[in-house]
Amino acid sequence: MTRAVITHGPRPDAAADVPDIDMTTWLAGLELPSPVLTASGCAAAGRELDQFFDITTIGAVVTKSIMLNPRSGRPTPRMAETPSGMLNSIGLQGPGIDAFLDKDLEWLRARGARAVVSIAGGSVDEYTRLASKLRHVTDVAAIEVNISCPNVEDRGQVFACDPVAAAEVITAVRRNTNPGIPVLAKLSPDVTDIVAIARSVVDAGADGLSMINTLLGMVIDTDTMRPALAGITGGLSGPAIRPVAVRCVYQVHAALPEVPILGMGGIRTGLDALEFVLAGASAVSVGTVTFHDPGAPARIARELAVALAERGFESFEQAIGHAHRAPDPAPASGGPVAGHGHTLDADAPDTAVEAGVEG
Amino acid sequence: MTTTGHSKSGAIQVTGEVIGLRRAGEYHVLTLTAGGIPDLTRPGHFVALAVGGEHSSMLLRRAFSIYSVQSRGVYGGTLEIVFAVNGKGTEWLSRLHRHDQVDIVGPLGRPFALPKEPVACVLVAGGYGSAPMFALADALRARGCRVDVVLGASTESKLFGVLDAKRIAASLTITTDDGSAGERGRVTDVLPAVLQRTDADVVYACGPMPMLQAVAKVATEHGAYSQCAVEESMACGIGVCMSCVLPVVGDDGVTRMLRSCVDGPVFRGDRVRWDEVGTIPEGTLGAPVSGGH
Ligand SMILES: Cc1cc2nc3c(=O)[nH]c(=O)nc-3n(C[C@H](O)[C@H](O)[C@H](O)COP(=O)(O)OP(=O)(O)OC[C@H]3O[C@@H](n4cnc5c(N)ncnc54)[C@H](O)[C@@H]3O)c2cc1C
Ligand SMILES: Cc1cc2nc3c(=O)[nH]c(=O)nc-3n(C[C@H](O)[C@H](O)[C@H](O)COP(=O)(O)O)c2cc1C
Ligand code: FES
Repeated sequence: MTRAVITHGPRPDAAADVPDIDMTTWLAGLELPSPVLTASGCAAAGRELDQFFDITTIGAVVTKSIMLNPRSGRPTPRMAETPSGMLNSIGLQGPGIDAFLDKDLEWLRARGARAVVSIAGGSVDEYTRLASKLRHVTDVAAIEVNISCPNVEDRGQVFACDPVAAAEVITAVRRNTNPGIPVLAKLSPDVTDIVAIARSVVDAGADGLSMINTLLGMVIDTDTMRPALAGITGGLSGPAIRPVAVRCVYQVHAALPEVPILGMGGIRTGLDALEFVLAGASAVSVGTVTFHDPGAPARIARELAVALAERGFESFEQAIGHAHRAPDPAPASGGPVAGHGHTLDADAPDTAVEAGVEG
Repeated sequence: MTTTGHSKSGAIQVTGEVIGLRRAGEYHVLTLTAGGIPDLTRPGHFVALAVGGEHSSMLLRRAFSIYSVQSRGVYGGTLEIVFAVNGKGTEWLSRLHRHDQVDIVGPLGRPFALPKEPVACVLVAGGYGSAPMFALADALRARGCRVDVVLGASTESKLFGVLDAKRIAASLTITTDDGSAGERGRVTDVLPAVLQRTDADVVYACGPMPMLQAVAKVATEHGAYSQCAVEESMACGIGVCMSCVLPVVGDDGVTRMLRSCVDGPVFRGDRVRWDEVGTIPEGTLGAPVSGGH
């Protein structure tokens, strides 16, 4: 079969190459015309990226996690480049929810872009109050709950690392916000059993899961012989973490196939996005790679459409979780199994998967 | 050449082509085709270049002041940057060849503010910090401003643009730490005399942070307004990541952590809390509570 040329970098003429394939997806009842979104903290509130591509064409803008009050963030240096990735310790700098609603969300609404609002707090009460503030706000497509924050009431223990604390936050948010708006719980990969956390937040009322947040990392500057970041440790992101992220999505989709997943972690190309979709993601977020290529979300959406068409999919939805399908029947001749152009069996049941860690 | 971006103002992304790369003392001067960027550029703007090629493991763009632009020539729009080899990204840039492609985002940042009146201006630069000063001098002179220049560096080979500066400046003063060119010492050693002699109203500065801090102090002492182009480490260069912040006092007297890539790189020298760069000063809007990333 002929393969469409997949290019890296912006292609103004690329629209012409995009195959006619239905890219619509549903994220916990929310219909999105495109499965590619931005990632929280990597797109601010969409305005800056709108210079590089039309942000109304992507699935949604996931805004920087917002807290109740204005917040200055951590001292600098706040970032360090690492092989195929970066560390950040921004410390959730932001204007606080009221200014965010007045300025940022208002801008997104006027622009006609879909907005997934990410919220973050230091206590269950703070999440509760944020959820209540969003209760009567129109034009919020979904709420993403960033639970990778230290709980000030529990010695700074990160909510996302404790199934009970994580569930408490999600229960509070679900109870205090508009029942018509999907609540996505954003999971941290820095846990022993991500499936256990996923189950816990879904039982608490999460309509979907965003995964993954950054991995805790550290760089030491060999000139100063001190930690490179003022915050000492930081969150690792970018293509370096992609295999970890794909593993997390695959394990959780295997255990909870009905729960929609917004997958992310190092997506750089349409094929990277396809990995997440095949693993079970209903949509994907593009984060760190936007710093490298500010047009990345739009480019990746185009590349994903091409990749799906090349593989014989008629719609985006058909590809969700496709890596979990039953094994292909053994070829009678014992010859090689065709990778491309296999017949799709959309109704194949998900096979049970061993989600354990290799010993 | 491909260009994306649908905004008329603001930044665009362009695949540029290398037209030339030449040495100038310890620096490299890189000339690139740059599509529509030159038309949008004003003095003090910068560009962010992707480094390492298509499959680069260096994800973060490198920021460089725009040294010169040409809107229309044989190659269409072109721009030049001046850089020092610092680490692996600038090392990669220094090994580019004619016709190699470089992905450029620009013009970025807030450029130098220009005076409305034909006042006297002093331009102070350290090392490659002189790169944005020549276009600035042209713009100031076009407004009838007197332009005096002070260039400083650790040593002669780290001075950039001495001949250009001689051509455009009413006076040029040079300092080097080792005395290999001009006066031995720092730009701030000679600046008070230059300010006195020219009765300057505005000081423009670009260079290392300690130099900017010292220049801003001298300018304020002489009752001059200062415009300093800072250099903070940047991950995105376009305002979406919040990694490039520094404490700046606003018109309302409140200190905020501002993004140097979009609120700067040019700031009023009397507004930056220079001593506290790298910290969150007490009283900053939203000052510190622990945690979260
Ligand atoms: C607004 C602005 C204008 C600049 N103009 C010029 C210029 O005209 N000429 C010039 O030679 N240099 C300039 N710099 C500095 C230049 O960006 C760095 O020297 C370059 O990023 C170093 O990259 P590297 O890969 O060689 O170094 P590495 O140390 O390998 O870089 C690692 C990371 O740190 C960042 N970094 C390292 N040093 C600096 C620095 N000094 N400033 C900002 N980020 C840094 C890099 O971007 C990269 O993300 C400017 C910086 C800024 C912010
Ligand atoms: C600079 C930066 C800031 C981030 N800020 C947030 C944030 O505010 N809230 C959040 O939930 N995740 C935040 N993240 C995590 C990303 O949303 C994403 O989960 C993670 O980076 C993995 O995706 P990526 O590799 O595509 O960046 C941030 C990441 C980066 C690099
Ligand atoms: S470098 Fe990202 S906000 Fe300035």
